[in-house]
Amino acid sequence: MTVRIGVVVFPGSNCDRDTMHALAQAGAEPVGLWHEQAALQGVAAVILPGGFAYGDYLRAGVIARFSPVMRAVTAFADEGGLVLGICNGFQVLAEAGLVPGALLRNRSLRFLGREVAVSAERLDTPFTHALSHAGPLRMPIAHGEGCYFADAATLDALESDGGVLFRYVDGAGAAAAEDDRDANPNGSLRAIAGVINARGNVAGLMPHPERAAEAVLGSEDGAGIVRSLVESAAKAVAERRVTVGMS
Amino acid sequence: MAERPVEPLHRRLGVTDEELDAIRDRLGGRDPNDLELAMFSVMWSEHCSYKSSKPLLATLPTAGAGVVAGPGENAGVISIGDGLAVAFKIESHNHPSAVEPYQGAATGVGGILRDIFTMGARPIAVLDALRFGDPDDARTRHLVDGVVRGVGGYGNCVGVPTVGGELVFDPTYAGNPLVNVMAIGLMEERLLTLAAAPGPGNLVVLFGSTTGRDGIGGASVLASATFSDDDPSKRPSVQVGDPFAEKLLIEASLELIERGLVEGLQDLGAGGITCATSETADRAGTGILIDLDAIPRREPDMEPFEVMISESQERMCAAVRPDRWDAVREVCERWGLPVAIIGRVTDDGDIVVVEGGVDAGGQPGPGAREMARMPAAALTSAAIVHARLAAPPQHRRAAPAPGAPIDPSDRLPERGMDPGAVLLGLLGSANLSSRRAIFEQYDSTVGADTVAGPGRGAAVLRIKNTTKALVASTDGNQSVGALDPYLGAALSVAEATRNVAITGARPLGVTNCLNYGDPTRPEAFWQLSEGVRGLGDACRALGLPVTGGNVSLYNESPDGSIAPTPEIGVVGLLEDIGRLVGPAFVTEGDTILLIGESTPGLAGSAYAGLAGTAVEDGPPALDLAREAALQKFLREAIERELVASAQDVSGGGLAVALAEGAMWSGLGARVRLAAATSPAVELFGESPSRVVMTARPRFAPALMLLALQHGLPVEELGVVGGDHLVMELTGAGATGASEERGSRIADALEVPVADLRHAWDNGLVRALGWEG
Repeated sequence: MTVRIGVVVFPGSNCDRDTMHALAQAGAEPVGLWHEQAALQGVAAVILPGGFAYGDYLRAGVIARFSPVMRAVTAFADEGGLVLGICNGFQVLAEAGLVPGALLRNRSLRFLGREVAVSAERLDTPFTHALSHAGPLRMPIAHGEGCYFADAATLDALESDGGVLFRYVDGAGAAAAEDDRDANPNGSLRAIAGVINARGNVAGLMPHPERAAEAVLGSEDGAGIVRSLVESAAKAVAERRVTVGMS
Repeated sequence: MAERPVEPLHRRLGVTDEELDAIRDRLGGRDPNDLELAMFSVMWSEHCSYKSSKPLLATLPTAGAGVVAGPGENAGVISIGDGLAVAFKIESHNHPSAVEPYQGAATGVGGILRDIFTMGARPIAVLDALRFGDPDDARTRHLVDGVVRGVGGYGNCVGVPTVGGELVFDPTYAGNPLVNVMAIGLMEERLLTLAAAPGPGNLVVLFGSTTGRDGIGGASVLASATFSDDDPSKRPSVQVGDPFAEKLLIEASLELIERGLVEGLQDLGAGGITCATSETADRAGTGILIDLDAIPRREPDMEPFEVMISESQERMCAAVRPDRWDAVREVCERWGLPVAIIGRVTDDGDIVVVEGGVDAGGQPGPGAREMARMPAAALTSAAIVHARLAAPPQHRRAAPAPGAPIDPSDRLPERGMDPGAVLLGLLGSANLSSRRAIFEQYDSTVGADTVAGPGRGAAVLRIKNTTKALVASTDGNQSVGALDPYLGAALSVAEATRNVAITGARPLGVTNCLNYGDPTRPEAFWQLSEGVRGLGDACRALGLPVTGGNVSLYNESPDGSIAPTPEIGVVGLLEDIGRLVGPAFVTEGDTILLIGESTPGLAGSAYAGLAGTAVEDGPPALDLAREAALQKFLREAIERELVASAQDVSGGGLAVALAEGAMWSGLGARVRLAAATSPAVELFGESPSRVVMTARPRFAPALMLLALQHGLPVEELGVVGGDHLVMELTGAGATGASEERGSRIADALEVPVADLRHAWDNGLVRALGWEG
C-alpha cells in the first residue's frame, strides 16, 4: 500500500513537479490537487509547493489563500490533517493564518537563490521525526519574500511553545544573527526558516527540501523532511485519523 | 524651420526603394497597400528575413548524428536515446535591453523559452550571456542591474532555472550591450511538433495573452537598425513580459501537444501574427485566411496594421482540426488563457486578412472586406536576399604563426610586475572574478535537476529516471574577434565545446548568436562572413552540427560598432552522471598534469588587458585538429575513470586555471613548469586547446600515455596540496631574478589559497560598486 499525498497546483506553482518527484522517491503516491477544486481526493497529507501562485503580483500568497482548494486545505488542517508549505506554500499558509507570522521581502530587496544551512529545532514533529540529525541541513532557498516577521510577543510565544521548526545556522552550527547576511540571507527575525502551528499538524519553511533529496543534487539533507511527512501520513492512515488516503 | 519633404511610407518603415520594387515583383507588379507594406516591412526586416546573412548561414554544417530538427525550426532538436531528445537555442535581445533593460531582458528569456516549448519540449534551463561596457560607468551599472533583475524576474517566476552563462565587460559594448539568452528543453522525441499549418480547412487558433500596442515594430525598428543612444521614442517598441502568463502558456501548450490536439504550433515573437501565420503556412505549403475581427485585443481602436504586427508577448498560434476545437478550448480556458479561432488554413498559398466577418464555414461573409493578400512565401522563404559587400579593414595585421620569435617585452621582471600580484589582479578583475553577486539573483535549482549550476564552468543537469545528464556552456570571444574575426569565432566554438567535453560529456550540437555591426558597411559584413567561416570550420573539425541560432546585426552606437561577438551555445550528453568530472581539485597528493602546450601571442588575453601589453603581438593560434584530439582524449580519459578534476585553460591562463582548482577545493598546489617561451605567456597566456588535470598518482602514467596516443603534448606539473598556490618556472624562458639569486628557478609565484579566494570573491561587487 502506498500512501497518497496531495500536491496543490496553483496557476504559477513551479515546484509542484519537483515535489511530486521527491514524494515518489520517498515511496509515496503524489496526487495533483487543482486549485479550482475544493476537494482533496482523500489524500493523507497535503503539500503546498513553491512557485508564484497566481503570479504573486500583489503580494506572495495573498491571492492563493482565497482559492477553492484552500478552503478544503483549511478544513483538512482544522481536522488535524498534515499540511506542509514550502517556499511559496509557506507564504500561502502564513497569508491564510494557518501558521503564525508573515514573510516580508528579503532585506536586500533582491531575489536570492543559494544554498543555506538550517537546523531543525525539533525532531519530534510529523515533519522532522525521520531526520537523522538536527543539522546543519543544507538546502537551497530561492525567493524574493522570505524574511520571517512577527511581533515580539508572537516570536516569544513561538519560542516558548516550540513553534520554531527550522532556524538558519552559521558555519559553527549556531543560530544565525539577524544581520548575518551570509547565514541568514533574507534577514529573518530570530533566524526563523520554518515554523509549525500549535497543534503540530501544519508547518511551513522557506528552504526547498525537495531540491536537496538526492545525492546527485549535492545534498540529501531534505530527504528526511519528505520522508518524515510520508511516514507520518502513513501512520495517520493506519490510525484511521484519515479514512481514505491509501491505494 | 523649413518644411522637410515627407519620406514615403516604405522608407519610414525601413523598406528601401530596391526592396519596394522586389515586393511589387512578388505581388504581380502591383503596389502593396499600407497594411501589406507594414507586414512586409517586419517580415523583410533583418531580424525576421536574415536577408544579409542567409547566404553565409547556408555554408554551415547542419547534419549530425541524432539531429531531429535543425535550422529553420524554432529550436534545434537532437535525440539523446531512451526516446528522449533535447531542444536548444540561443537568441539575442540586445536593442530592447539597451532601451529598457528589465523588460528587454525579461522578454528575451520569454521569447527563447517559447521557442523551446513550441517544439514540444519542457524548458529545463536558461543560460544568459551578458556583455556590457566599463563596469565603472554609471550607465553600465544601470543596465547590469536592470538586465539581471529582468532575467531573474522572468526566469524565477516561470520556474526554469538559470544555470549558467557569461558576464563580460568590455568598452566595445558601452553603447550597445549584448543580452543573449540560451534555453534548453527536454522532450519525448515522439512529441516533436513543428511550426507548420498543414491541412486546408483546419482552424488557426490564437491563445495566450491578448494583442495590444506594445512591441509595434520591435523587429524592424529595434532589432534591425543602428542604434542611436537610448532614444525614448523607441520605448513603445520594447515588448512587456508577463512570466505568469508564460508559465500558463507552457503548461497549456505542453498539454495540447501531449494529447495530440494540435497539427502544428508556432509562438508569436518578432513580427507577431504576420510572422506566425506566414511562416507556418509557407512551411506547410498552405495559405491562411485571417479574420481580423476575431483577434482578441487588449485595447480598443487598434489599427489593422497594429494588430497584425504587434509583438505582444506570451501568445501562441496553433493549427487545429475542427473536431478538436472543443478540446483545445477546454485546455486553454482551464489554464485561464484567452483562446480564439482567428482564421483558417487554405490551399491557395496566400496570407489573406479579412475584416467585417468570416462565416462559420471559414469563408468571408457578405460585407467582408479583404484588407491584404500576399503569397506566404513572399513574406518568408522568398523574401529578398541581399548580396552585401565584404571588405577587410585596410590596416590589418595577420596573427603571428605559432613559434614566432618571442617579444622580450612579455617578460614579467622587465615589466616590473610581480607574478603573484598579477594573478590576484586577474582573479579580482571584473571579468574573471566570482559571478556570485549576479547569479544569486537567479533561481538556479528549480526543477531539481541542477547538479552544477552557474559560476564554475559548464552547467550540468541530470535527467530524472536515467543515469544521464545534459551539460551546457555558452562562450564568446570578442577580444580576439576584434583582431581576427575568423579566429575569434573558431576560438569561441573551441572553448564552448571544450567546456562541455571537460566534464566527460559528448557535445551534441552548436547553437549560435551572431552579434555584429551594420551589414551594409563592408567591414562589418566582412567581420560577419569571417565569423561564419570560423564557426563553420570549427564545427566541421569537431564533427558538430549547427542546429540553429540567431543573427543580430546593427549592433552599433554613435561611438562605433561592437567587436564581432559570436556567442556559441553547446549542449552535450554525459551518459553516466557518476563519472562527472569537475574543475576543483579533489585530493591532496594528486598529480597535476597539463595537456597541450602554450604558444606565443598575448593579444586579446586578460593579462594583456591588465598589463597594457601592446596589441601588436597578435593572438595565439588555434589548431582545430589538436582541439578535436584534445576533446576526444578528455572523453576517453574520463570514461576510463582516470581523471579526478579537469579545468580548461582560458581567461587568465594557466595560473588562473590552477588558482580556480585550488580556490574551489580549498587545496593548494605546487607546480614547476619549463618556460619554453616567456613567463607572461607561460603563466597568463591564453593559447587554446589546453587542460589542467589532476589524477591519483597511480593513474598519472596511464593518463600521460593516453594523451601521447592522441598526439597531445603532456607535462607533469606538480602535486595538489598545502594551502598555497606555488608556481615556479625553469628553463630558457625563466629570466631576471633567477641569475641574481643564483638559482635556476625564477619567476616564482606563491600565494595563499585564502588570498586567491578573497580576491576572486570580492572582485565583481567592487567593480560594480555593490559593496556594503
